[in-house]
Amino acid sequence: MKNEVVKIQVLGSGCPTCKKLFDLVSTSVKELGIDAEVEYIKDIQKILDMGVMSTPVLAINGKPIIVGSVPGKEKIKELINKNT
Amino acid sequence: MNVFTDWVTYSVFGLVPKSLIADAVNFFIFDTIKIFILLTVIIFAVSIIRSFLPPEKIRGILSRKRVYTGNILASLLGIVTPFCSCSAIPLFLGFVQAGVPLGVTFSFLVASPMINEVALVLLLGMFGWKIALIYIASGLVIAILSGMIIGKMKLEKLVESFVYQNTLKNSVDLPKMSRKERVSYAKDYTLDILKKVWPYVLIGIGVGAWIHGYVPEDFLAQYAGADKWYAVPLAVLIGIPLYSNAAGIIPLVGALTEKGVSMGTTLAFMMSVTALSLPEFMILKKVMKTKLILIFAGVVGVGIMFTGFLFNLILK
Repeated sequence: MKNEVVKIQVLGSGCPTCKKLFDLVSTSVKELGIDAEVEYIKDIQKILDMGVMSTPVLAINGKPIIVGSVPGKEKIKELINKNT
Repeated sequence: MNVFTDWVTYSVFGLVPKSLIADAVNFFIFDTIKIFILLTVIIFAVSIIRSFLPPEKIRGILSRKRVYTGNILASLLGIVTPFCSCSAIPLFLGFVQAGVPLGVTFSFLVASPMINEVALVLLLGMFGWKIALIYIASGLVIAILSGMIIGKMKLEKLVESFVYQNTLKNSVDLPKMSRKERVSYAKDYTLDILKKVWPYVLIGIGVGAWIHGYVPEDFLAQYAGADKWYAVPLAVLIGIPLYSNAAGIIPLVGALTEKGVSMGTTLAFMMSVTALSLPEFMILKKVMKTKLILIFAGVVGVGIMFTGFLFNLILK
């Protein structure tokens, strides 16, 4: 399961909280040893196409996992583990 | 709480009762405690409600409604949604592209920042529940009517053309939240807001306390009393660039009202500070023509002035 290709994206409009989520996700992914590139998307249309409107968003394989908030790092790790 | 405030003022600081400084300090401590308790309780409560009503869900509700009921619902739902100018674009695009009528979208865009929990708490703390209710009710009316008027004007052509080139499905499976997550979301959100607003609130209350203690009663009545016609439009104009400091402005305004600024003018000022925001207008330029922004600001501005004049007449 862990060897499947995972697409991890953080979507945000460039606001400070979005950057914070991106940083947290990047370090979490590294610490979990997952082989995936974390992509940072600022294109609002792409965010909307996903069906969400509140930023920041963490999406794994195109599915929104966190919408509109920045949880703690432990919570983020737990969510990444559950969804990869 | 009064007892505690008096004790701090007179015993801890050793100030002479009835002196100007004691009066100001007393006012400052009392208001600070009161406002921060109210802020914590109300923001927490609103965040819990909000965790059940994210914008994505609201869009689902609104895209099924047409005008009138849509405008009313949009304005009501705008109350519980947080709004900062950074979310204006995704909300606007997300609503319009999912088929929410333009007028209904505007009702939401007006109500969401105007009727927010921080403004409500400060109004409640400064002026009591009656004024807070008047503010909510007139804010709702302005949001509903502005949206209806903009909807009737058929201004879709003034929205940037790329907006309508994309349509969105309006259902999405949002991550489910457990009760524990809702509480922790509300807690985080409350702390976040408190962290953001506390310096402004303190400064506002501080300056307010100074005015309370040192500026003579009715000093401002000669400049901004109910009989001065220009007070309301002027208050609205001054309010436009002040959005980011809404939290500090309200305690300040509370003190000004004591010194003779009439209630209608105060309400108009508050509404202008929250509903008409220069940074938001700049951001909205990305998705709509300047003319639409001007119409939007004009319609809402007139509504606010009307409210101001109305309550200057009623609340003598």
